[in-house]
Amino acid sequence: MRATTAVSGGSATHNETALLALRADFPIFSRKIYDHPLVYLDSANTSQKPRQVVDAMMQFTYTHNANIARAMHTLGVEATAAYEEARAKIARFIGAEHAAEVVFTKNASESLNLAAYTLGATLKPGDEVVISVMEHHSNIVPWQLACQRSGAKLRWFDITTDGRLDIDKARSVNLINERTKVVSLAWVSNTLGTLNPIAALAAWAHQYGAVMVADGAQGVPQLPTDVNVLGVDMLAFTGHKMLGPTGIGVLWGRSSLLETLPPFLGGGEMIEVVRMESSSYAPPPHRFEAGTPPIVQAYGLGVAVDYLNSVGMENIARHEHAITAYALEQLRTVAGVNVIPPTTSDSRGTAVSFTLAGVHPHDLMQLLDGRGIAVRGGHHCARPLHERLGIQASTRLSSYLYTTTDEIDELVAGVVFARDFFAGKVR
Amino acid sequence: MNDPTSIYQQIILDHYREKHHAGLREPYNTEVHHVNPSCGDEVTLRVALYGDRVSDVSYDALGCSISQASESIMTDLIIGRSLAETAMLYREFKKMMESAGRLTPNEDLLQDAIAFNGVAQFPGRVKCAMLGWAALRDALLRAGVSEAVSMEG
Repeated sequence: MRATTAVSGGSATHNETALLALRADFPIFSRKIYDHPLVYLDSANTSQKPRQVVDAMMQFTYTHNANIARAMHTLGVEATAAYEEARAKIARFIGAEHAAEVVFTKNASESLNLAAYTLGATLKPGDEVVISVMEHHSNIVPWQLACQRSGAKLRWFDITTDGRLDIDKARSVNLINERTKVVSLAWVSNTLGTLNPIAALAAWAHQYGAVMVADGAQGVPQLPTDVNVLGVDMLAFTGHKMLGPTGIGVLWGRSSLLETLPPFLGGGEMIEVVRMESSSYAPPPHRFEAGTPPIVQAYGLGVAVDYLNSVGMENIARHEHAITAYALEQLRTVAGVNVIPPTTSDSRGTAVSFTLAGVHPHDLMQLLDGRGIAVRGGHHCARPLHERLGIQASTRLSSYLYTTTDEIDELVAGVVFARDFFAGKVR
Repeated sequence: MNDPTSIYQQIILDHYREKHHAGLREPYNTEVHHVNPSCGDEVTLRVALYGDRVSDVSYDALGCSISQASESIMTDLIIGRSLAETAMLYREFKKMMESAGRLTPNEDLLQDAIAFNGVAQFPGRVKCAMLGWAALRDALLRAGVSEAVSMEG
C-alpha cells in the first residue's frame, strides 16, 4: 500500500487516515500499470469515480430504468423523479435559486455551444464578444462560430508574464465596452491553473449590459461554487471531472436570461405544441433538452454531488491548494523543469503545466506512463495559449481530492528519471 | 505489453539527437505542412523530383523524439529512390505501424525504420511516427505523382 503524508503539518489537508479511507472508495487505485501502483495525476482531464457513484448508477439501471417525462407508468415516474431530483441537487450545489436554471447537456463543450448558439442568435455586425487567450478550445471555437454567423467581432484578453489575465491592458484598450454583448471566460484555466477574478470581470461586463458566461469545467469540481458570488449569468461545467460519469454536463443560466433564449437543438420534450408549419417551445430547462437525455448519468452526477458534499468542498479546496503548493515547491527543485506561470499557489487551481529541457512532453508522458504515472502531454486543448507562450506543447499534472504528496514525489522522481534517460542517451 | 520505455531504441534516440537531411532546401517541387492535432507536432516538408526519382526530401519539424526520428530515418530511406520504390516503402512502413507489433517487419526493405515496430504497440504514438510519412505522401500527391495515389490501401 502506498503511504501518505500530510502536507504542511497536516492541518492543510485531509488527515492521513481520512485520505486513505477516501482513496479506498476508488477501486481504480488498486490498479497496477506496468507493475507500478497507479499514480493518477490527470484529474483535470477526467476524475476517477468512487464506488458510490458507480454502484448507484448500476442499481438505478437495474431497478428504475425507464424514459423520463414521456413514460407515465411507475418506472417512468420514478425515473423522472430521480432525474429532476438530480437537477435540484446540482442547483443547490452551485447556489442556484431555481432547479429550472440547470440545463443538462452532455458535457461542458455542449454547454458552451448552447450558450454561444442561443446568445449568438441576437448578435449582429458591430457587436463584440470577449474571451481570453487562456481559454480551452471549447470556449473559443463556439464563439468563433457565433461571430462568423452574425458578423460580430471576437476579441480577447491577453495574459501577463506571471500567467494572469492582463486586466490592466484590457482596461487600457477598453476591451469591454458598449459594443460588448457577451464575455465568456474560464473560471480556472485548464492549462495554467490560473483562477480568474470572475466576480470583478462580471461586474465590468454588466456595466455595459453584456452577458457574463464562465467556463467552470475546472472550477466547479475544485472550489465551493455559488453562482451569485461569481456574479455570472451562465456557468458551464461537466460531470466527469467531478466524480460523475461521462456524458453529462450542465449549463446553469439565470432564469430571466434563459427565458429569453431560442432553442438550441430541436426534437422531443423541448416543445409545447408542434404543428407542421411551426412549433412553440417548452419553458427552460426543457426547451434546451431535446430528445432522451442522459438519464442515468444525470442521476450519477447527483450522487457524485452527494459524495463531494460529504467530504466538503471547503476541505477539497484546501487539500488541493496544499497539494498544488507542494507540487510547485517540489518541481522547482528539478533542474531543467520550467513551470509555466503562475508559479505561486495563490489564486490557483490544481493544473500545473511545465516543460522539461531536452524532453518533449509526449516522450515525458510515455516514460512516466512506464512508471504508472498518468499525466497529460500536448497542448491540452489550448493551442492559442501555447502559441502565446511560444511553446509547442507542455506536460500537465492535475490533482484532486484523492491525490497524495507521495504521488507528487513519484512524479518528481519520474521527471528526474526521464530527464536523465534522455540526457544520458541523447546528449 | 512491453514497458513503454522500450520504444526508445538507441537508433531512434540517435536520429533524434542528430537528424539527417534536416532543414528546408531548394530546389523543390512541392511543399506541405502537416500537424498532429492531438499534440501539436508539426512538419513542413519539401519534395524534389528528378525524372521518376525522389531527388530530395527536406523538412523542418517540431515534435517529439518519435516524430523527429521517423522523419530523419524516412529521408535516409527515400532520397534517391524511384517513385515505385517510394510507394512500396511507404506501404511497408504503414503496414508495420498498423500491425500493433504483431508482424515481423522486413528489415531488408525498412532498414533502420524497423526500430518503430515497438512504437506500433502504442496507438497513441503511431501518429507521431506516421507524421513525416503522411506529409511525404501528400507532397507527392500534390506534385501529381501517380504512384502516390496507390500508397494507401
